Amino acid sequence: MSDRINVSASPHVRSRMSTSKIMFMVIISLIPATAYGIYQFGFNSALLVAVCIASCVATEFFYEKIMRLPVTIGDLSAILTGLLLALNLPPDATWWMGIIGSVFAILVVKMLFGGLGQNFMNPALAGRCFLLICFTARMNSFSYDGVTTATPLANLKAGSPVNLMDMFIGRIPGTIGEVSVVALLLGAIFLIIFGIIDFRIPCAYLVSFILFMGLFAGNGWNTTYLSAELCGGGLMLGAFFMATDYVTSPITRKGRVLFGICCGLLTGLFRVFSSSPEGVSYAIIISNLLVPLIEKITFPKCFGKGGEI
Amino acid sequence: MSNLSFKGGIHTYDGKDLTKDKKIIDLLPSSWELVYPLSQHIGAPAEPVVNIGDRVLRGQKIAAANGFVSANIYSSVSGTVKAIEPRRNVQGVMTPSIVIANDDFYESAAPIPVKPIAEMTKEEVIAVIAEAGIVGMGGAGFPTHVKLSPKNPEKIHYVIANCAECEPYLTSDYRRMIEEPEKLVAGLKIILCLFEHAKGILAVEDNKPDCIRILKDLCIDEPRISVKVLKTKYPQGSERQLIYATTQRAINSTMLPADAGCIVNNVDTIVAIYHAVIEGLPLMERIVTVTGPAIKYPQNYRVYTGTCYDDLIEAAGGFKSHPGKVISGGPMMGFALFDTHVPVTKSSSAIVAFTDDIVSESVASACINCGRCVEACPSRLLPSKLADIAEHYDEEKFVSMNGLECVECGCCSYICPAKRHLTQEIKMMRQTVLANRKKKK
Repeated sequence: MSDRINVSASPHVRSRMSTSKIMFMVIISLIPATAYGIYQFGFNSALLVAVCIASCVATEFFYEKIMRLPVTIGDLSAILTGLLLALNLPPDATWWMGIIGSVFAILVVKMLFGGLGQNFMNPALAGRCFLLICFTARMNSFSYDGVTTATPLANLKAGSPVNLMDMFIGRIPGTIGEVSVVALLLGAIFLIIFGIIDFRIPCAYLVSFILFMGLFAGNGWNTTYLSAELCGGGLMLGAFFMATDYVTSPITRKGRVLFGICCGLLTGLFRVFSSSPEGVSYAIIISNLLVPLIEKITFPKCFGKGGEI
Repeated sequence: MSNLSFKGGIHTYDGKDLTKDKKIIDLLPSSWELVYPLSQHIGAPAEPVVNIGDRVLRGQKIAAANGFVSANIYSSVSGTVKAIEPRRNVQGVMTPSIVIANDDFYESAAPIPVKPIAEMTKEEVIAVIAEAGIVGMGGAGFPTHVKLSPKNPEKIHYVIANCAECEPYLTSDYRRMIEEPEKLVAGLKIILCLFEHAKGILAVEDNKPDCIRILKDLCIDEPRISVKVLKTKYPQGSERQLIYATTQRAINSTMLPADAGCIVNNVDTIVAIYHAVIEGLPLMERIVTVTGPAIKYPQNYRVYTGTCYDDLIEAAGGFKSHPGKVISGGPMMGFALFDTHVPVTKSSSAIVAFTDDIVSESVASACINCGRCVEACPSRLLPSKLADIAEHYDEEKFVSMNGLECVECGCCSYICPAKRHLTQEIKMMRQTVLANRKKKK
């Protein structure tokens, strides 16, 4: 044979799934929540989404250009980070806050630690927490129909009544992407059906959260209260879209359950005992830091005698 | 009852439709020279027992086993020994081989003397199998007589016929089961004669319902043999996974199947045992599937060992266009060929040709820790972490994270969305570690 043919070590076939496809599917799954947020909160939220995505992509691109690294914006992970960050901002946040959050998320949390796959905590959440610390007042002011009001979670904490149906559909103040539980669940079901996210993390998260709230929140097993806690704040967004981030969650199945439990307990702890009504972001990023430890203690036994059968 | 399975594994495009319904065709070698590598098996290479210029007959021993873990090699044609020199094998390595010029008469030598099976002792049966040069024909090439001589034969509880054929594109075992199922069952019965306490299991994947039906019908009056249906999944035919799926016994890299009371043989091997013990025929031919999107007329052939791969590809109509990759064996564990002028050996199961090489097209990127490789790994390892360790060449950590338990099935590389070369990294590290250990001894 005179013509050359390729050689490589086996296996010689590959699955069709790729990193960019996974990212693309997560972005698709966030469309209902994004669309609802923009529909409800208007132009400024659309602007924020655009600004966050653009500045995340630009930060990654210019960092890689300056550092003479291969440009990896094609994997769509920067777009996803930008979108998630925007969904975690209040609709009245200013565009420059979006830029600051994006640059922090991509530059400090992701690129300085080695880019995709190396970040130690969820970049979008880290960006949000950075903004929370820098601009506490602006990040905690939520308006609905042009009037600044308290979020249902704050009402709940103060003991005021809330409307569960409004919370489920999203007719409440909150960040752009977190308000509509139904839109988030649509996306989550899509991700679970297509095998993009592992159901273990959100399930362990939500179950352990409910147990914690039932035991320690002081309202007992009051279903209305617990449902309101479930639908309120960033819990759904966090449990299905942020805690399930591959890079910052454990690689083992048992580890994922443990990680979900960590997130759930910490969220409950923050919501019940801290001064702020919300705790999802901090719970997730602290759990992110526990991942190496969780992976160590859930190291699987290999197949064979002495291993699990 | 749900079909038997194991944890992990992958579902690939199986490509078996290309050759599933193609009857096995007998193919005589068209090249005038046939090449017999002296090492077609695990263990010591065989010693030539013929000289250059000798006339040999079909079925004449041309190389004898060198020690216990070795195997005889037979000429599959009549002709003249032209050379004993290094020739290229499927791995691309020049290896000492006997070259025979075919005289096209196919004059046969006398068969191996055999008695009726009922009159043979166990030792005699094993001796015939050893004499016939039978080795594991699924790919590993482990001498079968060694496998059939465990330390405690009375402790063997199961003799498993590996009819899974889990590699994509391969249909040689499938055709064998459709066309010659009685030989398979008879061969299994011969092995069962060696182990009184053993039960025979025909383990078939559920994507071959016709085989399951045929084999079940054949075994209806065989109390010692049962047909077990496996879930279709790769690597169901991997020895450890197959043993687990059929018997719920788990073995690791430090154990032999016999330690779990099992002996596993591939379909072709069992049929070869039948031919040897009943008809006295040494191992001279095998079934090879020539297939893949780049082959004009995919086909199953019964070919003589020593036949050149080029003859098979030519018989199948050649390539449709310039192939991107030609593989000896299945696409998951086979060898990529850079030269198709290599001989069929005892363990060549297929030639698969792809028009495009998907591996060179997919560029590896950063690991995103998605855990797909962990879920796919049948040995329950952490392939992505092991590959990282292999990149840094940390031998101690590699061993402590069970890197040596890898069966090199390829599932992790297949499934990786970042297209990392996980299996390749782990395989290389594993072989280095094993080689270093050997050196120390």
